[in-house]
Order: sequence, then structure tokens, then C-alpha cells
Amino acid sequence: MSAFLEVKNLNVSFPTEDGLVQASNDISFSVDRGETLAVVGESGSGKSVTSLAVMGLHNRSSTNISGSAFLNLESGPIDVISAPEEQVRRLRGKSMSMIFQDPMSALHPYYSIGDQLSEAWRLYNNGDKKAGFKRATEMLELVGIPDASKRVKEFPHQFSGGMRQRVMIAMALINNPALLIADEPTTALDVTVQSQILQLLKDMQKEFNMAVILITHDLGVVAEVADRVNVMYAGKIVEQGVADSIYYKPDHPYTIGLLNSIPRVDQLEGKRLIAIPGQPPSLINLPQGCSFRSRCTFADQVVGNLCATVAPTLDEKDSAHFSRCHLTEKQLVAARGGK
Amino acid sequence: MLKYLVKRISATIVVLTLISMSVFLIFDVLPMDPARLTCGKSCSPAIVEGNRHRLGLDVPLQVQYGRWAKGLFVGRTYGEGQAEFTCSAPAFGYSFNRHECVTDLLKTAFPITLSLAIGSFILWLLVGVSLGIVAARFKNRWPDRLSNVFVLVGTSLPTFISGILILLFVALKFGFINAIDLGKWHSPFTDPIGWLNTFIFPWITLALAYAATYTRFTRSNVIETSSEDYIRTARAKGLSEKVILRKHTLRAALAPIVTIAGLDFAGLLGGAIITEGIFNLPGLGRLSIRAVLNDYDLPVIVATTMLAATFVVVMNLVVDILYAYIDPRVRVA
Amino acid sequence: MTQPILKITGLKKHFPVSTGGVFSKGKGVVKAVDGVDLEIFPGQTIGLVGESGCGKTTVGRTVLKLYEPTAGTIEFNGEDITNLTPREMKSRRSQMQMIFQDPFSSLNPRQTVGTLIGNTFDIQSITPVGGKTEEIQRLMKRVGLNPEHINRYPHEFSGGQRQRIGVARAIALKPKLIVADEPVSALDVSIQAQVVNLLEDLQEEFNLSYLFVAHDLSVVQHISDRVVVMYLGKVMEDADKKDLFLNPRHPYTRALLSAVPVPDPKIGRARERIILQGDLPSPVNPPAGCVFNTRCWKAQDKCRTEVPELVQISAGHKLACHFPEPASA
Repeated sequence: MSAFLEVKNLNVSFPTEDGLVQASNDISFSVDRGETLAVVGESGSGKSVTSLAVMGLHNRSSTNISGSAFLNLESGPIDVISAPEEQVRRLRGKSMSMIFQDPMSALHPYYSIGDQLSEAWRLYNNGDKKAGFKRATEMLELVGIPDASKRVKEFPHQFSGGMRQRVMIAMALINNPALLIADEPTTALDVTVQSQILQLLKDMQKEFNMAVILITHDLGVVAEVADRVNVMYAGKIVEQGVADSIYYKPDHPYTIGLLNSIPRVDQLEGKRLIAIPGQPPSLINLPQGCSFRSRCTFADQVVGNLCATVAPTLDEKDSAHFSRCHLTEKQLVAARGGK
Repeated sequence: MLKYLVKRISATIVVLTLISMSVFLIFDVLPMDPARLTCGKSCSPAIVEGNRHRLGLDVPLQVQYGRWAKGLFVGRTYGEGQAEFTCSAPAFGYSFNRHECVTDLLKTAFPITLSLAIGSFILWLLVGVSLGIVAARFKNRWPDRLSNVFVLVGTSLPTFISGILILLFVALKFGFINAIDLGKWHSPFTDPIGWLNTFIFPWITLALAYAATYTRFTRSNVIETSSEDYIRTARAKGLSEKVILRKHTLRAALAPIVTIAGLDFAGLLGGAIITEGIFNLPGLGRLSIRAVLNDYDLPVIVATTMLAATFVVVMNLVVDILYAYIDPRVRVA
Repeated sequence: MTQPILKITGLKKHFPVSTGGVFSKGKGVVKAVDGVDLEIFPGQTIGLVGESGCGKTTVGRTVLKLYEPTAGTIEFNGEDITNLTPREMKSRRSQMQMIFQDPFSSLNPRQTVGTLIGNTFDIQSITPVGGKTEEIQRLMKRVGLNPEHINRYPHEFSGGQRQRIGVARAIALKPKLIVADEPVSALDVSIQAQVVNLLEDLQEEFNLSYLFVAHDLSVVQHISDRVVVMYLGKVMEDADKKDLFLNPRHPYTRALLSAVPVPDPKIGRARERIILQGDLPSPVNPPAGCVFNTRCWKAQDKCRTEVPELVQISAGHKLACHFPEPASA
């Protein structure tokens, strides 16, 4: 039984004046309906690039994309990487939807909310403007916007940030997609609003039985919503597994470093944060060997200076838990502080 | 909305009144004496004074202004006794040089300027905006570079050069127009071909200058709008590129053009002095320049200035209302 | 008993809002800060938290007299600076500095690092002992930058490095107080810890006081000694850090804390989350009575009519609420 989305060996690169930017490299993962996969990484990790490739939102003439990303629809599997652009376009908004980070600028300022929602619905359904508005009102109610029948005629500037993100969710879900990609959906929102939106996403996932990919840099958010996690660094997946095993038994120095460096509201002892030294690398001319080596405090433990010469592969270290690292199991246990 | 309109219209009236007063003041302060200019070599002080009285310039400035303003509403009578005659309302004055009521002069000149303005406007909008969209769509490829050349030519060639070049090397050379027929007025309702013949080359001359700016403006607006987040949203919704361009990108990119285009058009309505001159069109431009340079014909000068100002001020209001219709963020609650 | 380095009493900052139009007068005010009391002692960090529109950034700027206060008093280093003119303020400014949020827009892109940091000396007409260039390089090294990059431009640095430039600029004159306005929010997660550690080290070395303005409660919890929670221009709760996080008495603080995600799946799943209904009211038209009443689950009639005073409910713990949450064990 195959999962709804299956990505294999996805590579995305952009030729630029300064050289080839290898934005994402050898990405493989799958997500099934009813599951939430979190993609965690910082700027330059390639987390957004991969999802944009799945949605077919890259400019094909200026981007090199290889590999495959199969949507296993009821009508049969489609590889969105190799399928013709027109065919992929007809999947957007219908079988797969995406919401983005900044809700303040994501809606057209000149059209009413109802117009924009109705446009999304009428693209794939036969109906006139009135029917579109009716459906729009239903969706607004579903995402928790009070006074929906009145607000559907209003304009984006009359909505707050949190409300606009709800509208974006309504628009993304209006045609019952099987896959929802949410790219940093709450980063620009206040923490109490973030709570509301994450709860809404959870409810909607249940309601529509969707596969959800949540892209974020916030490990707290990931812990709240994710079933499985991809940790990305410098365009590659460096660790992959079930949420609990990523958090309680991280198998990669980057993940370990991240977990040690973020302050937690529930840890009041005032221990000093252990920062990861250095900066994220440039994606042009990545160094040979492991991309994380220059910031890794454990690289010198590896026998034969492997990290400098051989790029590690994504190997299964534990059941369904993969990591891209040369460290042995024993060395990782020590890195985790003996756990 | 009504309150807003009332406020704006009152402001408009105030501005126009202030403009008319300023015009009077300016020409009063200038060292030129219209009375002295009315007679040629055989001038005696008595004749000059007599002319000054006839021109109505021997009364204080505010009286002159008051008479003029009153004339706008009820018409004005000139002369005494037998030589008396009336210019009917709205009376902008009487031109002693031309021996006509100014209003009649305006009535003759305006249709020409209007024809010139409308035709150029439509032409430059069509060409400028379309070229701009093409340039944006094919950014940095040959259509863009070609349109860039067009923009350069259009913005650097002044109309007094482009107009003459077009007149000499296109219109006359290829026999599209006879020199004798240049500038002849045919009503568009009774003789549309003749009308087109008269105006087509003036239209091209003016449009060339304006279209270039609009091309550049449209291009940069479309490029900027295309990178907005809401365009990305539209794409993620599954809309086709054509629909995105038409419904989403253009609507946002072209909205500012409404403002600029309206004001450019209003400016043209006051007269295109150079183009009218080159193509021998007796429009408001020629009327006003003759009045200032040749005749120092104050009533005509005041009238053409006021008319030009009125067009601009009114168009300002129209454009603001239009923009509020397009952009809901601007609407007054 | 040491004197506080900064003491503000009843601080208000209102911004007039005009409803547009040539002939209309300004209608309405945004009450960005509407009565805030605060004290910071030498070597102490006060965390000022709240969500958008709560006024925390405005407090930070008004304290430094970047905005003139509408009402209230500001005492810095024992001196009342509330009504000092900009010219009079100049000499005091060497003692109070700011670190800004956005490392990309807070540095003049046309000036080199050396100029950016050196400006602080020039403005105060100070020539550092040992030479200006040497001092600038020393500062760069102290904040973790390579001193050889003194002639580089901001765009040649990463976000985290630019923020370090901002820090160097702030400590150049050895100030007593630094207002840090969301200093790490715009940085990558792995860089945030570096800058937080830097700020902590500098505090220890120079006995600095920080007014740490932020919305990220996790960072605030880590770095602060005391925390002040704001909502719509007013202080809701003001307490010792441990006290606030273990024993929040204000409903808003409770809701805020329960909303902060924790990087721990088991805790994340088990936690009882208080989800606030509704939207933040407009600061032009704040609710009558307690500003939080429109979203408070226990609001009663008294809350809608009477503004709660900020009162001391236990040692070092102030609260503005008619019906505080019960104290935890």
C-alpha cells in the first residue's frame, strides 16, 4: 500500500550568476493521508524548495529539478516532476494545496474574501457566483470566522493576521485536497493566535483526512503537531523518523545541537544554552564530505577523518529512524549525554 | 461617501477661485501694459488712455476681478451707447484683438484640442500599456530590449522635433496630407475620414512621447506585482498563468496608472501648444500662446488658464473617486 | 539598598490617529502605552513580553526618549529625564543604548562596520584611549567578529553577524542600560543561542542592565530575572521570573504560557491548552474596564466596567486583575 505522496531522490538546483545553488539534494520521503510530517530546518536548509517542487511552483525554465514525486490519486499515480505543467496545474488547489507564511500579503487587496474563495472553488466546480459565495461562507464558518455571511463580502485589509490565515486555510481546503502543505503558517502570528491556528489545522486534518506537511523552524511547534519529522540542513535530510525518537533519541549532531540550544519555557534552572558554533553554509560550492562538518563538535571523533572526505548517506540507524552521519551508535549515545 | 464628495467639491471651488485670483494678480504685477500694446506707431497718450478705458483696465484690480467673475454667471456688456454689445454667460471676457467674445473663441478651439487629447490618450494607453506588459512578460529578452529602445526614443525626443520629423518625412513626404489641408477641422460626426486625416499624425506625435513613459511604468509595475505574495497564492490555487495575469496582476499593476493617465489627459485638455503649432491646429494651445506672446490679450489668457486649471482640478476629483472604486483600502468608510 | 538604574512611573504614550482628508482633524488616539510602572536595577534583566499591539516596543523606545512620553515620569540613574530636550539628552545617551530587531535594516548599508561602530564615538566626541580603530577592533573581537573585517559592509555579513555588529555598537560607550528590542527574533534558531549567550556574557562582564523586549517567552524565560507581561498598553502581571512561570496569577499570563509550544512531544500532547477566543481589540478603541475582558474566560460585570489596579499580591509579585487565578502549590 503506497502512501499518498511519495518523493524519491528529489534534487532542485538554480543556476545563478555566482554558480549553481544546490537548494535541495537527494530528498526522499513519504506522507500518507491522516499523517503530519514536519520538515524542520533553518534558512537555506531547502525545506521550502522541496515543497514548492512538489506543488510545481518553480519556474521550470530557470530551475533544474530531477527525481520524482508521486501523488497516488484514486485515478492513478502522477509524478508531478515529470508530468506536463498543465496537468500539474490542475492538481493545485484540488488534490494538493499550500499555505504560506505571511498572511498579511497573501491575499489580493482589491478583491473581496468571497471573490477569492469563490474563484478557488469555481475553478474546479460548476457553479455561478452565488453558489461560489455560498460555499465560501460555509468554509469561513468551518474555519471559525464569526459572522461569516457578512464577512465574506469584506476585503482582506479588514481582517487581522490570524483571521487572514484562517481565510487562507479555508481557501486551501475549499476543494477537499488530499495533501496540505503549510509553509511556516504561524511564524508571523502571535503565540496565542498560533495556538488557535495549529488547533484548526489539526481539526481540519481530521475532518478531511488529509496528508499534511508542516514546514517550520520551531521545534516546539513540531513537537505539538508532528507524527514524523524530517530534519534538513544545507539542502539535505540529515535525520528522519518518528517524532518521539527524533526528540528523545536524536541521531544527528545537528539535531542534538538544536535541541540543546533552544530555551524552553518549562526549564527554569537557568542552564547556559549550548550554541551550535558557526553559520549555515552557502549552497553554492558545498564542501566535500559532510555539509555539517564545520559546525560539528563531534567530527573529530570519527575514525579516518571520514567527515571531510566522504559525504554520509541517509542510513537506517534504528527502526524507521534514519540519519546522515558517520558517528557510531556508541558515539551518538555519548553525544546525547549518555542517553 | 456623500459627505466626502461635498467636501471635495467645495475644495475644488475654493481652489479654482484662488487660481483665478492669482492669474489676475500675476498679470497685474507684470510690467507689460496691454493698453499701450493696442496701438502701433501712431500712438498718443489720449488713444492709449481711451484704450485703457475700453479694455476696462482703468479701474482697481478687485473691480476688474469682480466684473470678470460676475460675467461668468450673467454675461457682460461692453461698450457704450450705440457700440454696445453683450457676451452671453459664461462670459470669459472680450478679446479686442480678435473682436470676439472669448467664450466663442473657446468654443471654436476646444473641439480641436479635445479631439487631439482623446485620440492621443487612447493611442498612448493602448500602445504604452500593451508594450509594457509584453516587456514585463519577456523580461530581459528581446521584446523587452526592443521596448526599451522605444522608451528611450520616446522620452528623449521632444515633441517639437518628433512632430516636425513626422510631418516632413512621413505625412507630407508620402502624401498622406496636403500642406494646404493641414489643420483643417472636420467634424467627426459629419466627416469622420477628414477628421482622422487631420488628427492621425498629431496623435502619433503626442502618443510617442507619452507612451514611452507608460511603457516603462507599466513594465516596472507588472514586474513588481508579479513577485507579490498574492500572485503566488493565485498560482498555488491552480489558476492558469493567463488568468493570473489578467485578473490578478494587471488589476493591481494598472491601478496607479488611472491616476497618472487622468492627470495627463487633463493636462492635454488645456492645449498641446507645440503639437498644435506644428500641425497647424487652431486649438486651445495655439489660442493661449498667441494671446500671451503675440497679442498680450488678457481676457483670452485668463480664460485659457482658468479652463486648463479647471480640467486638472476636476480630473483630480474624478481620478480619486475612480481609484477608491478600484482599491477598497482607499475607500472612505 | 541600591537605586534602580531605570524607574518609570505611570508612563503613557498616545499616538494621534488622523482619519484622513484635507479638512478633517485628527480623530482618536492609539493608546500604545497606557500607564506602565517599571524598575530595573543594575545588572538585572527585565523581560517585557506581550503580543502585537501590547505596547512593549513603544515602552522600550519611550524609555530612551526616542518618543516623547505623553504622561508619566522616566528616571534614569536617579535623574528625571522625562522633560529633557533632545540636546540635553545627548550627554545621557552614552549610558543608555538600544539593540534593534532587524539586523538587515538597522545597519546603514552604505557604511562599513568600522564607521557604524565608530559613529558612536564621534557623536559623543569621545576618542577612546588607545585609538578609535583599535577600540573598534577590540569591540568586534569581543562580540565574536573578525577584527580584520572592519572595512566590510553589512551585506557581506550574515544575519547573526550583523546582529553582533549591532551589539558592538550598543556596548561601545559602556552604557549602563541596554534596551534590546526583539534582538534574536529575526535570527535562525541555531544562531539565536549564540547571541543570547553573548548578551549574557556581556551582562556579567559589564554589570549591564537589560530591558529585554520580546514576544518569545522561551527566550525571555531564559534570560530574564523579572518578567513584565503587557496587554493593550497596560501591565497585566509583574513578577520574579520563576514566580511568573511556575505560578502565573493573571488569566492572560496563564493563556499565554499554555500557548507556548515546548520542544517535547510527550509534554506537548499532554498539556492542557487554554485557547483564547477572538481577536486582539483595536488599540484605538480599547475595551472599557479591564482591557483583557473581551477575551477572558472568567470575565464578569466588574471586569467590563472597572479598571483593575496593579497591586502587590505577594512578595515581588504585582497583578492587575479582579479575579486572579489561584496560587499554585
